[in-house]
Amino acid sequence: MSSITPADVKVGATGDGGAPRQPGRVSLGGISLNLRSSGIYIAFAAIIVLFSILTDGALLQPQNISNIIVQNSYVLILAIGMILIIIAGHIDLSVGSVVAVTGALAAVLMVNMGWPWPLALLVTLLAGALIGAWQGYWIAYFGIPAFIVTLAGMLLFRALTMTVLGNQGIGPFPDQVRTLANGFTDGYLGNVGLGPLGGADLFSLLIGIVAIAGMFTAQWRTRNARKGYGQAVEPMAMFVLKLVAGAAIILFLVVQLARFKNLPWVLVLLAILVLGYSLMANRTVFGRQIYAIGGNLQAAVMSGVKVKSVVFWIFVNMGVLSAIAGIIFAGRLNQAGPTAGNSFELDAIAAAFIGGAAVQGGVGRVVGAITGGLIMAVINNGMSLIGSPSERVMLVKGIVLLAAVAFDVWTKRRAGASR
Amino acid sequence: MTEHILRMSGITKTFPGVKALQDVNLSVKRGEIHAICGENGAGKSTLMKVLSGVYPHGDYEGEIFFEGKRCEFGGIRDSEHAGIVIIHQELALSPQLSIAENIFLGNERAKRGFIDWNRTNYEAAELMKRVGLRENPTTTISDIGVGKQQLVEIAKALAKRVKLLILDEPTAALNDDDSAHLLDLLRGLRDEGITCVIISHKLNEVTAIADSVTIIRDGRTIETLDMATDHVTEDRIISGMVGRALDNRYPPHEPKIGEEALRIEDWTVYSPSQPDRKVVDGASLSLRRGEIVGLAGLMGAGRTELAMSLFGRTYGVHISGKVFKDGKPIEIRNVQDAINHGIAYASEDRKRYGLNLIEDIKRNISAAGLKSLAKRGWVNENEEVRVAEGFHKSMNIKAPSVNSVVGQLSGGNQQKVVLSKWIMTEPDVLILDEPTRGIDVGAKYEIYTIINRLADQGKAVLVISSELPELLGLCDRIYTLSEGRITGEVPRREATQESLMHLMTKGQE
Repeated sequence: MSSITPADVKVGATGDGGAPRQPGRVSLGGISLNLRSSGIYIAFAAIIVLFSILTDGALLQPQNISNIIVQNSYVLILAIGMILIIIAGHIDLSVGSVVAVTGALAAVLMVNMGWPWPLALLVTLLAGALIGAWQGYWIAYFGIPAFIVTLAGMLLFRALTMTVLGNQGIGPFPDQVRTLANGFTDGYLGNVGLGPLGGADLFSLLIGIVAIAGMFTAQWRTRNARKGYGQAVEPMAMFVLKLVAGAAIILFLVVQLARFKNLPWVLVLLAILVLGYSLMANRTVFGRQIYAIGGNLQAAVMSGVKVKSVVFWIFVNMGVLSAIAGIIFAGRLNQAGPTAGNSFELDAIAAAFIGGAAVQGGVGRVVGAITGGLIMAVINNGMSLIGSPSERVMLVKGIVLLAAVAFDVWTKRRAGASR
Repeated sequence: MTEHILRMSGITKTFPGVKALQDVNLSVKRGEIHAICGENGAGKSTLMKVLSGVYPHGDYEGEIFFEGKRCEFGGIRDSEHAGIVIIHQELALSPQLSIAENIFLGNERAKRGFIDWNRTNYEAAELMKRVGLRENPTTTISDIGVGKQQLVEIAKALAKRVKLLILDEPTAALNDDDSAHLLDLLRGLRDEGITCVIISHKLNEVTAIADSVTIIRDGRTIETLDMATDHVTEDRIISGMVGRALDNRYPPHEPKIGEEALRIEDWTVYSPSQPDRKVVDGASLSLRRGEIVGLAGLMGAGRTELAMSLFGRTYGVHISGKVFKDGKPIEIRNVQDAINHGIAYASEDRKRYGLNLIEDIKRNISAAGLKSLAKRGWVNENEEVRVAEGFHKSMNIKAPSVNSVVGQLSGGNQQKVVLSKWIMTEPDVLILDEPTRGIDVGAKYEIYTIINRLADQGKAVLVISSELPELLGLCDRIYTLSEGRITGEVPRREATQESLMHLMTKGQE
């Protein structure tokens, strides 16, 4: 026999077997926290506080918040696709090159060939899907490790970019595309005064209020549905406290943005993507199957999960998201260039791992990856505000990435030791 | 009295919660072939691991004397240095290296750190001649068959100047010609003065080749027999291997047997690694509703391979044969097909094939039947919790909540999660492969009760088990499998451990 399983601990017929210890869980004043999954949000808050102090509040100024979002939106979009791939136990090194080639395609279609921009966008997204299907085929159906396929893709699609562009930048893009990438919602309803904070865009504020109201309703309905099934729900006070905290964060963000130039379009897009993909990952059969594959591939196969098809489609999805990022990046620079998207794959992968993905797969959350990406964004932005040289920024980012994964491995080892 | 080359006395080895060996004694005479026999899990392999230093000195109790000297091996290197070499069931060869390189792996013929290739290939050729392997020393291992690979392992042992050669199930993966050649080779080695210990399930081989045999049962030495003076027959060995009393460790059960649920005919499966070897050979069996059917067979008989090839072709190549569900022929191309046809398979290796250990109980339970909780692809999570809590209660899964991580549970409770997962798919046929492996006695009783309940609900259950008492205590009818073929079908009333063991060790005529 190859393995010997420790026998059961004897328990009495009426005993409940005792609670298995939950590693990495701390209890503070009755509030129990799972360090492994919530450590990242605590770290994010700490980093924001740190840089707010170091920059004398400049970090949270309206214009700076807007900058952080707009400058990092493409990496955050890539991180959404990347976390799904990493959860399934794969990797994608080609996203930077795919960003470049889809941006280049969009530029050729819109600028050189003069296609109407909506059609050109659609074709670009389809091209992204096709690229994803190409890589997904080799990985899922042919059985080549994703590392190799996407390493090849990184070279292939960079070469294709240069060929398409003839080694020079193509621009400028139509105004609508630039607005999507770099612009803000219009002041449709004019400004309102916010006392000492000055004037702010009413439309943005209303959107913020709608978002908060939506969050309240969704949470309330989830809570009631759970109660309807006779499940335990958290105490009312805790529930309200969480909602108020969430509302306060949204409100702060929206007010600051409304005081500057209204809502960046990419923020709206990003919010929709994060919400949609979070729901997909947690609440759909497809999303669950991604976790099952990453958690134990063999067990997933033996449970009837069509592993090949699932892996194929998450790479197609990555291709589409890369195309969106490609359009936004090119639109923001108003030019598609041969070096676009360089090293974006590394930023997206780092975001996923800082955000709590496990190296072996099976673990990770879309919101975690976004938070991981924002942590790097805030470090980048905060350090440049205080005038740190770029080598020091890189040094800090490297240490943060290593520390985040070390923490993950450490909590897992403690979990193993307690068995 | 001949001199003993090896004496192991009072060997006791415990794993957390399990006593694998208890006061085992083994004496092997110089220059003999000594067989060790016992059921699966009796402790044979553990004993050999103690001897070869896989479990180092201090990890076990008792003493080992080799060539009269007391030995305290700290690892395989020490035991090999003393002249003890073990050849495991799964061969330890490097498939991309040449025969010669493998023979001298870790024992390289080198001059000042550089490999002397002429000497390597020359000496390899000499050793290959000794074991009767006619190949070029530079041929890569992956290009030769398993039978020849086995010979390379023996040549490798000879290169280490082996005095005591231990072979664990050496012929399990070989065809008849290769087996015969191997047995001849062992006789030749004995004549050269090399002592051999073989662990084998094939009792005809044991009676043919061994000079003495030691029988181990439940981690204890039962007896050592001298083949010549004790007139040992296969029957004699079998009665030693199984002489265990049945007791009331099994819940009483009155079967209500109904219509036939599943029938397979002439099921044949070839090994994926050796596509010319039949792992399952023309097997036919039928399962009826409300009936618990056992499948008995020794390790390597093809039990799991039969089950997995049936369950969506998850094992094997060139699978042929017919499957009938409720009398109608069906085609099962993948696991999803099997589930849709109401067939469930709980693997013998639940950690590898059954569970996502980093996920919680509810998501493990819903893993195979998730679609029944979903509408247009969206999972109803509340319904999921409700279903999981139902199983938490009805299966008596000992965990604080359905949100507990499965990796933290004990073996018995993990098995209950696996069973819940499959019951949730509402199968008509459940194939349970070693459902009580690694589970303590109390939890075993619970699992048996669950199996009886499933049968009473009109499901057909096929139980694969290495433990004959378990099959006799649980099943209404038992099939025996030997070398991939169904060798018998016995109703519970007529079955005894001895009669089953006869059928299970029945070789090819």
